[in-house]
Amino acid sequence: MKRFDVLVIGGGPAGMAAAIAASDRGASVLLVERDVRLGGILNQCIHAGFGLHYFGEELTGPEYADRFEKKLAEKNVTVMLGAMALSVGEDGETVVLSPDEGLVHLKAGAVVLAMGCRERTAGAIALAGTRPAGIYTAGMAQKMCNIEGYLVGRRIVILGSGDIGLIMARRMTLEGAHVERVIELMPYSGGLKRNIVQCLDDFGIPINYSHTVTRVVGKPRMAGLYYAPVDENRKPVLSEEKFVECDCLLLSVGLIPENDILTGSGVKLDRVTSGALVDENRMTTVPGVFSCGNVLHVHDLVDNVSHESEIAGAAAADYALGRMSGTEGKICSVGVGRGVRYALPQRVHGGEGSVEIFFRTDNVYKNCKVVAECGGRVLWSKKRMIVAPGEMEKITLDKKDIDGDVTVRLEI
Amino acid sequence: MNTICINCPMGCPLDITEEDGKVVVRGYTCKRGLEYGVSEYTAPVRTVTTLVRTSEGGVLPVKTSSPVPKGRMFDVLDRIRALVVPASADIGYVAEHDILGLGADIVVTGRGVPHDAK
Ligand SMILES: Cc1cc2nc3c(=O)[nH]c(=O)nc-3n(C[C@H](O)[C@H](O)[C@H](O)COP(=O)(O)OP(=O)(O)OC[C@H]3O[C@@H](n4cnc5c(N)ncnc54)[C@H](O)[C@@H]3O)c2cc1C
Ligand code: SF4
Repeated sequence: MKRFDVLVIGGGPAGMAAAIAASDRGASVLLVERDVRLGGILNQCIHAGFGLHYFGEELTGPEYADRFEKKLAEKNVTVMLGAMALSVGEDGETVVLSPDEGLVHLKAGAVVLAMGCRERTAGAIALAGTRPAGIYTAGMAQKMCNIEGYLVGRRIVILGSGDIGLIMARRMTLEGAHVERVIELMPYSGGLKRNIVQCLDDFGIPINYSHTVTRVVGKPRMAGLYYAPVDENRKPVLSEEKFVECDCLLLSVGLIPENDILTGSGVKLDRVTSGALVDENRMTTVPGVFSCGNVLHVHDLVDNVSHESEIAGAAAADYALGRMSGTEGKICSVGVGRGVRYALPQRVHGGEGSVEIFFRTDNVYKNCKVVAECGGRVLWSKKRMIVAPGEMEKITLDKKDIDGDVTVRLEI
Repeated sequence: MNTICINCPMGCPLDITEEDGKVVVRGYTCKRGLEYGVSEYTAPVRTVTTLVRTSEGGVLPVKTSSPVPKGRMFDVLDRIRALVVPASADIGYVAEHDILGLGADIVVTGRGVPHDAK
């Protein structure tokens, strides 16, 4: 097979933006996508709320994807659909299973990982009780509804109040199902306030914070479930268990970056994000292998995915064409202190220009100060009225100020 | 009426009443909360996104081209359920003009899965 400068794995918003950016830098690009079409998770996200930052207008998921697909079609990018990458080797050699070409070994000048996330399942959260029909991950139910046209239940309980859970509460209601309640383990929702109001309050759907599902009953179809409040250690208080009749439970309990094909690659993963450890070009610990989008860390806004993937795609092209620059400076690690769960990129080069550091807090904090420091010097600080784990934060640092390890923390 | 402001993660609890013919909002922290409170009280609107049936028995996603009054959401949904669009309808295809006289069109927002792939 023809040799390409850049191989992009995954054709969601991350892969498309990376491929476009790489092509714009003069690279020949091959994009492999295992689905029958491009767009990734956006194809099933038919609600509005995409693109306000990137396009300055509010689009639905499929419309956002379509804008990138049209742009991609004008570029020097070869797209292989129905083709699944099976493994990435130590030298970046990638094994791809394609319906037209069979098993192919591809060695490109650089590889961009853009495989997105998969959902945590009932097994992953050790859900107790029977295993009846009627338990779905929220994203699976979304796909069955929005793409296939099937409603997965009539009386529904949703576990987890991140944006996906909230969006699905409205979707199911609009399609004629009754959403009994949303149950959330934490004392707050990880979702946007807008989704609390427009997906739950608008329809009078109750939410129980600091509660969890204790067991599911029914066979072969779900007959209902028990739920209970949790104590400060997040253990259910079984004496206060309540029953709710329902035929469907939707799980919105987290996403896992789909990095399984990297096992033999030497790409080191971050224990907190489950994505690769990267520098400001989104290059992993294996030279020439880049990562972006949800496979790098879970994003709430697709606009940020596109932006990040353009960085990775452009850098991959530069690497493949042998003109990578800006990496001569000293390499410094970016770590976290009090109140911060993770910061990304995990390492940056000193030198010219500026670098954006993205981070998430580990709890909701009001009236705090965000501080970035380097060797005891404060590089950046700002007071914030509120920060929350559900909203990714961003700070911009001047690279010439960075001459040692950087720490991002909160003063609470 | 009680609600929360959706414009930032603070989520200020808003208490909105009408006093001497004027809308009074309490509980906001900044101007955006005041403006939001007044509009939610006087004329709340929502963009509706749902599915429309195709001539081949599948579904395609649609949206209202502009927000419609919140209280009419289910009327709009009922009307959309009665519509059928060609399976080949592309993004931007108008399934219905000026739905229920509310000034919004029903617009297709996505394509079907390629047929031979199913
Ligand atoms: C329910 C839901 C609601 C959301 N709501 C919003 C919103 O309102 N606003 C907003 O801005 N964002 C929203 N998001 C977030 C946004 O959709 C994601 O951040 C974004 O789609 C991530 O893009 P991605 O390309 O990294 O991953 P994905 O879209 O998941 O794409 C990954 C692609 O890689 C392919 N792939 C994976 N492994 C392989 C392999 N081994 N070989 C070949 N191909 C592979 C997959 O098939 C897929 O097409 C929402 C997400 C969900 C799930
Ligand atoms: S009133 Fe201001 S501070 Fe309060 S939630 Fe709205 S935008 Fe945020």
